[in-house]
Amino acid sequence: MSLELRGITKRFGALTANDAIDLKVESGEIHAILGENGAGKSTLMNIVYGLLAPDEGTISVDNKVLKIESPLDALAAGIGMVHQHFMLIPVFTVAENIVLGHEKVKGPGFLDLERARREILRVSAEFNFDVDPDALVEDLPVGIQQRVEIIRALIYDAKVLILDEPTAVLTPQETDELLRNMKKLRDQGTAIVFITHKLREVREAADKITIIRRGKVVGTASPTASQEELASLMVGRPVSLDVEKNAPKLGGIALDVRNLTVRDYTGRALVKNVSFSISDGEILAVAGVQGNGQSELAEAIVGLQEHIEGEITLDGKNLAGVSVRKALHSGIAFIPESREEDGLISSFSIEENLILDLHDLPPFSNGSAISQVAVAENGVKRVAEFDIRALSPKDPASSLSGGNKQKVVLARELSRPVRLVVASQPTRGLDVGSIEFVHERIIAERDSGRAVLLFSTELDEVVGLADRIAVMYRGEFIAIVPADTSREELGLLMAGVKR
Amino acid sequence: MRKILQKIKLPILALVVALFVSGLLIAFSDPKVLALKGDPLSMIAKALSIAGSAYWALFRGSIYDPQLADTGFFGGLYPLSETIVVSTPLILTGLAVALAFKAGLFNIGAQGQFIVGAIGASYVGFTFELPIVLHALAAIVAAIVCAGLYGGFVGLLKARTGAHEVIVTIMLNYVASYFLLWLLSTKAFLREGRMDPIAPEVLESSRLPRLAGQDYRLHAGIFIALLAAAAVWWLLNRSTLGFKFRAVGANAKASRTAGISVAKSTTFVMVISGALAGLGGAVHILGADHALTNEVGGSFGFDAITVALLGRATPLGTVLAALLFGALRAGGLTMQATTETPLDIVLIIQALVVLFIAAPAVIKAIFRLKNVEEGQAIGSKGWNG
Amino acid sequence: MSSFNPKNMSAPERRKFRGLITMLVLSLFALIAFAYMPKEGAPVTYGFVLGGEWVLLKEWIINSKTASTLFAILALVTTFLAIFLFKIKRSSRIVSFIFGASFLMSFLSWAASGKFVPFTGLLQGALLLSVPLIFGAMAGVISERSGVINIAIEGQLLAGAFVSGVLASLFANNWIGLFFAPFAGALIALLLAVFAIKYGIDQVILGFVLNVLVIGLTNFFYKKLLIPYQSEWNSAVAFVPIEIPLLSKIPVIGPIFFAQSIIVYLMYIVVTLIHITLFKSKWGLRTRAVGEHPTAAESVGINVNRLRFKNVILAGAIAGLGGAFFTLGAVGSFSKEMTAGKGFIALAALIFGRWSPMGAVAAALIFGFADNLQGLLTIIGTPIPSEFMLMAPYIATIIAVSGFIGKVRAPAADGIPYKRGGGSR
Ligand SMILES: Nc1ncnc2c1ncn2[C@@H]1O[C@H](COP(=O)(O)OP(=O)(O)O)[C@@H](O)[C@H]1O
Ligand SMILES: [Mg+2]
Repeated sequence: MSLELRGITKRFGALTANDAIDLKVESGEIHAILGENGAGKSTLMNIVYGLLAPDEGTISVDNKVLKIESPLDALAAGIGMVHQHFMLIPVFTVAENIVLGHEKVKGPGFLDLERARREILRVSAEFNFDVDPDALVEDLPVGIQQRVEIIRALIYDAKVLILDEPTAVLTPQETDELLRNMKKLRDQGTAIVFITHKLREVREAADKITIIRRGKVVGTASPTASQEELASLMVGRPVSLDVEKNAPKLGGIALDVRNLTVRDYTGRALVKNVSFSISDGEILAVAGVQGNGQSELAEAIVGLQEHIEGEITLDGKNLAGVSVRKALHSGIAFIPESREEDGLISSFSIEENLILDLHDLPPFSNGSAISQVAVAENGVKRVAEFDIRALSPKDPASSLSGGNKQKVVLARELSRPVRLVVASQPTRGLDVGSIEFVHERIIAERDSGRAVLLFSTELDEVVGLADRIAVMYRGEFIAIVPADTSREELGLLMAGVKR
Repeated sequence: MRKILQKIKLPILALVVALFVSGLLIAFSDPKVLALKGDPLSMIAKALSIAGSAYWALFRGSIYDPQLADTGFFGGLYPLSETIVVSTPLILTGLAVALAFKAGLFNIGAQGQFIVGAIGASYVGFTFELPIVLHALAAIVAAIVCAGLYGGFVGLLKARTGAHEVIVTIMLNYVASYFLLWLLSTKAFLREGRMDPIAPEVLESSRLPRLAGQDYRLHAGIFIALLAAAAVWWLLNRSTLGFKFRAVGANAKASRTAGISVAKSTTFVMVISGALAGLGGAVHILGADHALTNEVGGSFGFDAITVALLGRATPLGTVLAALLFGALRAGGLTMQATTETPLDIVLIIQALVVLFIAAPAVIKAIFRLKNVEEGQAIGSKGWNG
Repeated sequence: MSSFNPKNMSAPERRKFRGLITMLVLSLFALIAFAYMPKEGAPVTYGFVLGGEWVLLKEWIINSKTASTLFAILALVTTFLAIFLFKIKRSSRIVSFIFGASFLMSFLSWAASGKFVPFTGLLQGALLLSVPLIFGAMAGVISERSGVINIAIEGQLLAGAFVSGVLASLFANNWIGLFFAPFAGALIALLLAVFAIKYGIDQVILGFVLNVLVIGLTNFFYKKLLIPYQSEWNSAVAFVPIEIPLLSKIPVIGPIFFAQSIIVYLMYIVVTLIHITLFKSKWGLRTRAVGEHPTAAESVGINVNRLRFKNVILAGAIAGLGGAFFTLGAVGSFSKEMTAGKGFIALAALIFGRWSPMGAVAAALIFGFADNLQGLLTIIGTPIPSEFMLMAPYIATIIAVSGFIGKVRAPAADGIPYKRGGGSR
């Protein structure tokens, strides 16, 4: 079976996310689509899967042009997809999730889950997946949730399997296992579309590589191409893959965390008994698969978590249980995980976003009223200082691109007196240029003597920036290791295998 | 100028369509019109004359009545004074709802807060004997405190437990009504010699001065309402507190992350919102009604929601919308009395106007418009938001 | 007692703990206020109907002080049982239910001291008052489980009441009225569906405005047509109750549940169907899916907005049918704003029952009972002002949503419009 796309174009308002894309995928091959964040990969795949309607272009399967108007059409044509953000209903069981949309009924319309259970167990056994059909999805780790999605595609007999950034949520070993399974499926004759922005994986698994940049196909490459070649094709200019930094000049201890436990409102511990400290001028990077308590730990330190036990001190001053405001003003700069949801108010202007934290202090406020002049001056100054590309500081933050949004967050957080930078996934979803900017900024903060606590699920980022690495697994710091620890070892730690 | 025109185009067209639809309803629910089924032309003529006379009565009851002009032009303006009397509390309750909207809260409880405010003002008004200005002030403060607490309770509950303000305020409206009913049966509030639920009149010293003599109910409350509108404008657009309110309303999570206390903002907004609604109750008692009855709330609190929606939750818009709905209410009474059209047509007009404004697509389709300014949609967060 | 240190508890445990404290305080309150404080009791007479005929009356006469003490102690015992269950980390709804019933009975025995309480009638009346609440709550379940907030229940009930009453009168045929009641509710729901789903307008605001619209319309026609031309437009008479053979002869239960009007039997059917299908059928699975995670539902080929559209209309039809109970099930003719906020109590029952059909039914029954009790107490005269009894369901709802009875969580996507083609990034 073959899947062919011709001239696929998709616009979101002024933005052309896909620009006349041609692509051909044959059965029995792993076809990698490589492109940096925002290149338009997910958009293209959502079109193929019927979740988005293209503005122009055709999709054909086995040389027959198909009208794919909904995922039903795609599934009927043998196209299955494992989504970047899983399409599972958290409060349903695995079996319920799998039958959803393809329900079998017995008697006067009652659901029949038996058959699904059997199928799940069969596929699960074939690929060593170890998935319980009756487990609630919300109780499963993300790695297993991904397997549920794969099982679903296989049960519905996908001849073309699309995997959208499947490795983002996996440990290196899990990634290897996934790549092995992909090859196994390929050898059984499935066509696999493998979306990623990670060069290593592409070179390891792909049979063919198509590179997309800013919505356009900019070329193809063979898996033997070097990382540098692939990277410059992907970004459009030569990029250095390594982060440059000097040896750290360590000072005294800045942040000290002792026996910290964070619970959710039901009392479940999400962070368990974590202890560590960071010195001035040091970057401690926390590695781990998404959903192992990193977000909660970061939030606990800035006072965003309600149910915490243990001690947090910054320069000897207690931070546990204090308000967010107090935490920020005692010298923490916080880069939250989601710019859109937690970092910015998108309907507010850029200049207003730049004073969210300081709006009630001089010079921006005289206690009761806001000084429009001071706000405007500050806006102009920061926009220039952080090279925020905007028409005017009075424009709404929603008009900015992802990278510039992150710059607004950085500009705001770094303009207070800072002792500690807590950065949670600071480059997630950013293009390479913005990633470089953020990395430089973080290293600059460290070099000027501040402590940095960095959370990242990207192992490359961790290895590139860290002076020490902590690995987090199921809420625990399973180990704190030197920056030169090997990937294999980090991977095992991320999977919870202690030394 | 063009900008203003752009802004009010949609509301005005919505009103026109709503009046048209209601006109059809008035005409074609009339047996005299339906009786002419066989004769389309005279049927249309009859329909026009019936709807026309209803709307003419509406106008006479709300703006200018030539029949009352025997004492000169100003005599004919009596209806306008009534419109303002009805609009005054509406402006205040409308502001209460609008302010809460801006802070991301849907205060359906203006009705209950209005009642609680009216109770407070009335009690101080008829119980204590105080010097003239001071008495009115004391009554108003009492209303603001009672209603502020009543509203603030909702905010506090939401901040501390996450209880959705829509549910809590709906429930508190009922609680306030029953509480009022009970109060009016107690010795403290029952007027001497009366068995029906009516409290004693507030003392002269606590009443708001009448602006156009004793024949007109027009009272100084309108200035209080306009002042409150200006204050709300300043609060929202210039003040530090208002910045917090707007920030939390636009994105509570980001505000919290930047160190703004969402709990405090929620509580304060509801205190102020409740106080505004309560002020409405006070002004209505001290200025127009003078005595608390079980029907004091009328529909000021409920109309407030349509007022705030029509006014796009801005202070100026709210004032204008309140004047419009006040006019409909005041005129509706005359319409009901002089034609066979029930007052309730006003509710229908209100509901239609708000529907059309909320869904501009309908208006755009009717008038084949391309670009009308739609303004921001409000809310849409769901129960868990 | 270390396990009772609230500091060591998780939030839900703390909430349950607060619930237990509330139970304890209420039991002690009952013991003191209803049992200990009154100087001496007077006999209370509880009347029970044992068979289908009202003459078969059995009386239970007991001193009010004794009865209050008895039930207060029972409440206290259940409280300790609940505390015991809490210690071994379990909980039971039945225990809470028995507690509630005992407390109410203790209260009733005190309040009706020296009076006659027609107990069967009390329960029967409670059921009748619950009927529109249950229909309304079922409308809420269907609509909100699929992700559309339904504040317009009140309007849907009112529309159903109006149309059924008017049509039954015009055609002098109740069946025609009953048949069209669901269409009236569905029509309002259609507006809700179009504006909420197609145009994505805030559903709370929309529901509110639709209520205003229906109140305006029914009031308008009521004054313009129903009053002046009453004999033609508003002279329907209620359905006569149907006694189900055998079932209606069961002692106590029979007359309460099986000697009712056709609308009540329809309610049994509706509730049973919804309870079963929501959790066991294909439709139910899909409905819950679009209410929890519409994008996921879309990704397996479910047309989210179409299903929501259908469900909202179905919900409106159910509420409309419930509306017919106000007229054809009770008094026959229509009167102005006769739903009197019942739609909002139905909404409260929905939330109180945590969006589950059976929970909502239970809550609606409790609210109906409180309502009827208040009516009875006003007639026989009691120390408590009836206004406070009337407030009870509203206050109970506030307590419920404030989390004293555990966190209430709406379906995740409830109230959030779904735009097709958002896709995943
Ligand atoms: N539903 C949408 N509405 C508006 N813009 C979108 C939407 N989906 C994606 N985009 C934009 O289209 C571009 C491509 O996005 P995407 O396909 O998700 O990139 P990738 O998957 O390659 O990282 C981005 O700039 C993104 O912001
Ligand atoms: Mg993507």
